[in-house]
Amino acid sequence: MSSRIVHIARNTFREAVRDRVLYNLIAFALLLSGAAILVGQISIDIERLVVINLGLTAVSLFGVVIAIFIGIGLVSKEIEKRTLYTVLSRPVRRWEFIVGKFFGLAGTLVVNTVFMAIGVFGALLYVAHKFTKPDGLILVALYFIILEFLIICSLALLFSSFSSPLLSAVFAFSLFVIGSFSDDLRGFAAMAHGMTRWVATGAAYLVPNFSALNVISAVAHQQPMGSQLILQNTLYALFYTAMALSGAVLIFERRNLK
Amino acid sequence: MPAIEILGLEKTYLVGFWRKRPKRALQPLHLSVEEGEIFGFLGPNGAGKTTTLKMLMGLVFPTAGTARILGHDWTDPEVKAQIGFLPEQPYFYDYLTAHELLDYYGQLSGVPAKDRTRRVEEVLQRVGLTDIKGVQLRKFSKGMLQRAGIAQAILHSPKLVFFDEPMSGLDPLGRREVRDLMEQLKQEGKTVFFSTHILSDAEALCDRVAIIYKGELRGVGAVEDLTSSVQGKVEVIWQGTQIPASMRALGAECHVTGDTVRAVLPENQQDAAIDALRRERIRLIAITPLRTSLEAYFVEKLQHSQIPAGKTVGTAV
Repeated sequence: MSSRIVHIARNTFREAVRDRVLYNLIAFALLLSGAAILVGQISIDIERLVVINLGLTAVSLFGVVIAIFIGIGLVSKEIEKRTLYTVLSRPVRRWEFIVGKFFGLAGTLVVNTVFMAIGVFGALLYVAHKFTKPDGLILVALYFIILEFLIICSLALLFSSFSSPLLSAVFAFSLFVIGSFSDDLRGFAAMAHGMTRWVATGAAYLVPNFSALNVISAVAHQQPMGSQLILQNTLYALFYTAMALSGAVLIFERRNLK
Repeated sequence: MPAIEILGLEKTYLVGFWRKRPKRALQPLHLSVEEGEIFGFLGPNGAGKTTTLKMLMGLVFPTAGTARILGHDWTDPEVKAQIGFLPEQPYFYDYLTAHELLDYYGQLSGVPAKDRTRRVEEVLQRVGLTDIKGVQLRKFSKGMLQRAGIAQAILHSPKLVFFDEPMSGLDPLGRREVRDLMEQLKQEGKTVFFSTHILSDAEALCDRVAIIYKGELRGVGAVEDLTSSVQGKVEVIWQGTQIPASMRALGAECHVTGDTVRAVLPENQQDAAIDALRRERIRLIAITPLRTSLEAYFVEKLQHSQIPAGKTVGTAV
């Protein structure tokens, strides 16, 4: 990897830390501690289920919000504030800037997720008093959540490369919602006829398939995960991310920075 | 080899929401800047100076034309390792300290890690920011940001430095310091290309200037040549408030200011004027030929009717 990409990524991470993005961990910790205490008092035998469901859903939602709200400003804010001028007037290629920004945000989200994961395991230990072998599946769910973040980061960057922050946020959030129901969309496409079928099928394959990456409920119910699913989801997420990033690069390479 | 060769760069923007219409920001521009000179790019606000600089930096793409920088194609990213750029009213990552900012830019410019800290300290000292190098830029005043901007432009010891309105936001002392710095850069053999609408700065600093107005190049030349054209008149200053009648007879326009008189008269009457003052036993203070100021030249070029593109450039350099 080009050293310039590493420097840009590191600076993006530093920006997120100094803009107190990781303060969300405090809110997350409070939410999870409160939930663990409450669940411990009112649930019988399903404490583990509730904590895993709540914990992983919170990890996903907190991360998605961060990915969207930082991602949409990664390029547009730099153009608006003109900080980009002194970067691109150096031997930095535009694609390096986009890729560096992506890795910086992705790194921020991974670090954030690691801390949250520690919180989830802590809460689980609090309510269940011990770990069992199926709890290892939580790691798979967390891995899929990180894959989900990669896709959302790349989409937010794609929108940020040509649109205003507000519109980018609307686009990215809409895609997240639609993508979360992509299984339903595929089901609808299978039932539809004629032109509707084609449009629905096209849309179903175009939007990110977040349904496939959401295994929170399955993990909570201790359902086994096949290695094939892990491989498929990994390849899918990397392919989708690469496509969205390529789109962002193609647009940004042609953009006039007025 | 010229440091900069601009070969017909032009820029037309499409403006409007529904029905896009073309708006030409820069007409085909031909310009050559020699190595080691301080070149002033002059023009009023909105003339096309910043657009030209942004095109040279690869921030805006030209509609047509090309350029060569330091003998290389201007789109070659590696050329950028040899140039520095200060944008107009610069804004930087305000969560960084001045030291961190320069270190980051040093990394992007490819300054080796072993030299970087030394280079950063040197330029911080050069622009007078050493005492506040650990302060986040969000706490910097406009003038301090401008200094940080100058520091990042010269950090990697570039051969060619572009400054867009470098005196903007600086107090008189700061302006003086920037002028000194630009002269030092020239002494170090670097080429300085700077845009400004402050003519006194250009007159004091530049070897050559170009004047641009409404996206069109109106004139190029050495400052000495532009300002040395004698108007055929001399200015005579003498002590006292007395205006001899013989002086008026020579066609002098006289003005009393305090305890001196300033007279402007035709150059061929200079000796007669000196004789007249001697006869009256009046103390002569100074005689100087009147020269065209850069400002007068600038105003004349702005008022001048359209010059065919390309003609001025090749010949006037």
